[in-house]
Amino acid sequence: MLGALVLAMVWLVANVQSNLERQNINSGFGFLSERAGFGINQTLIEYSEDSSFARVLTVGLLNTLLVSVLGIGLATVLGFVLGVARLSSNWLVNKAAMVYVEIFRNVPLLLHIMFWYFGVLRNLPSPRKAVSLGDAVFLSNRGIVVPALEMTAAAWWYGAALAVSTTAYFWLRRRARLLRLADGTAQSIWRPVSMIAMASLAFAALLGGVPFSFDIPALKGFNFRGGITVIPEFVALLLALSLYTAAFIAEIVRAGIQSVSKGQREAAAALGLPDNTALRLVVIPQALRVIIPPLTSQYLNLTKNSSLAVAIAYPDIVSVFAGTTLTQVGQAVEIIFITMMIYLTLSLLTSFAMNRYNARIALVGQKS
Amino acid sequence: MQIKRLAFGAVSSLLLVLAPISASAAGNTLEVVKKRGHVQCGVSQGLPGFSNPDDKGNWTGIDVDFCKAVAAAIFGDAGKVKFTPLSAKERFTAIQSGEVDIIARNTTWSMHRDTALGVDFRAVNYYDGQGFMVRADLGVTSSTELDGATLCTNQGTTTELNAADYFRANNMQYEIVAFEKADEAVAAYNSGRCDAYTTDHSALYAQRLKLTDPQAHIVLPEIISKEPLGPAVRQGDNVWGDIIAWVHYATVAAEELGVTSKNIVSMGNSTNPSVKRLLGKDGTFGANLGIPADWAFQAVKQVGNYGEIFERNVGINTPLGIKRGYNALWTDGGLQYAPPIR
Repeated sequence: MLGALVLAMVWLVANVQSNLERQNINSGFGFLSERAGFGINQTLIEYSEDSSFARVLTVGLLNTLLVSVLGIGLATVLGFVLGVARLSSNWLVNKAAMVYVEIFRNVPLLLHIMFWYFGVLRNLPSPRKAVSLGDAVFLSNRGIVVPALEMTAAAWWYGAALAVSTTAYFWLRRRARLLRLADGTAQSIWRPVSMIAMASLAFAALLGGVPFSFDIPALKGFNFRGGITVIPEFVALLLALSLYTAAFIAEIVRAGIQSVSKGQREAAAALGLPDNTALRLVVIPQALRVIIPPLTSQYLNLTKNSSLAVAIAYPDIVSVFAGTTLTQVGQAVEIIFITMMIYLTLSLLTSFAMNRYNARIALVGQKS
Repeated sequence: MQIKRLAFGAVSSLLLVLAPISASAAGNTLEVVKKRGHVQCGVSQGLPGFSNPDDKGNWTGIDVDFCKAVAAAIFGDAGKVKFTPLSAKERFTAIQSGEVDIIARNTTWSMHRDTALGVDFRAVNYYDGQGFMVRADLGVTSSTELDGATLCTNQGTTTELNAADYFRANNMQYEIVAFEKADEAVAAYNSGRCDAYTTDHSALYAQRLKLTDPQAHIVLPEIISKEPLGPAVRQGDNVWGDIIAWVHYATVAAEELGVTSKNIVSMGNSTNPSVKRLLGKDGTFGANLGIPADWAFQAVKQVGNYGEIFERNVGINTPLGIKRGYNALWTDGGLQYAPPIR
């Protein structure tokens, strides 16, 4: 069986190679080191037209990761809030959450993206008429421009202060724990920790002064120069992905909470736990066991859905690598293969992390 | 749409992967086309003047007419052609994998594409160059004033590379926003995301028609690149490539000889040896290409000569209003020149 599979793979690879050769199409991965020659408008790492296609791949991957990680964070928080709100005894809160869920999960994601991009972009002013906040933050149809924080050499002193405070915190916590185990005296460590932190920070300020400077954006010619620009494509994609996925997460959370038997909540109430505490300490930990597996699927969906970025020119991996690079180089097989492998790896890593977490909380659940 | 697009990319790649070694599709496109009964032609997703579907799904444009002429030459019927709309990014995969027989998709002939992508460019049916369109109220009159501008363009085109080179050479800064579909790029430009929209000059005029207020936008005069647009076929099929090249040359030669779709029947009595050869009364040119002797007669009669095709689709009396310019016949100082049919 395994042999047949290997044979099939070998045949496929050989077949592709001979097909490509016969059609005179370049093959192999040599193109990765060639000069890309095109610009990208959001790069988390150094990039210019002189960079290689391998660099393009990295830039695209980081952009995909950025929007996915932030999207997962936002969607989770919003989803949990909505899921709990869905079960609220307050009629208004309950119905508002229901309306949200039904609207957002029943409209295709691509339309969400288009709405947040074209619908919102159209109504924003041009850079010359940008809405400004204290002449430092500007909102226009080129995105949100914010001042960039630049660390000066003095930042090292603050780093040292932070290290001292952290060490002190861990040392004091350990000491307090030993004390508690030894003779049962409970000791608050917050006062000494905050005093050490304040003292060391004051010391750093005395030695180093202000640890950062701002690069304030200013309108020059067509656009703002300086500062950091959050491009509208990113904002639209992030909003669409997280608002859309939050609707699904809300339903998963609701189902999870409802799966915890009513007796648990009643028992908690009988013990005198307030509603919120009961939810936090009794219901949610048990609900998590039901929530985590489908939640993982939503995380995977969000990451893969981020490839819809291509519709609104957000430079994610599909756009800059499986898009622009593919047409410049013309090697569809290699490029699609690399892209598929990257998505597969991302998905497997997410699954792995979530399964680990699931295993941990499942054990706790069984012990209780 | 997006799902379809991704699926397309995946399926095309799969075709490259799975196409059996024995059935070497590269060498016999003409046979395949004859057996199938129509020409499968890859066109754009909607570019007025070049390839654009109307509300009834009928395609029109210079590139569309080129494919119709090929169908007329092979089958004696310009209707025996079907069109596959392709994005800039899909086009080469589509021709490589055999999905289409020819791409006539306002595609620039460049050395890299001709030598490394497994395709052959055989003719130039429109000489173009890249330019910029800006809002008139921006007060910009030359592309040298675009320092710091944000540009909207189509992803996966020579445009993206030319813009990078041009701004670099002129020591100017720019930001590029590259969309997969021209419609979205234009919509983003229209909504103010970009200061300029950049693509081939002809396409700038065509896309300007789609804007809410075409008069509020101007096309800057500079042409920053050479964009010879022409049909491409799979590399390694010279018979098919010859047909593509000579159908184009036949339309150009017809214009040069004064043969039009209207007078071609009466021209049949002409004693001019060049006209007789073009119309298949003399010589074995059709047989040499493996298609009927009246190939050029049918192509010109049903579709028209190059001048007719140009004026009908993009010429001065169409909404695009483009002058012949570089695309005039060589006898009129242009670049359109057909090698002799003899």
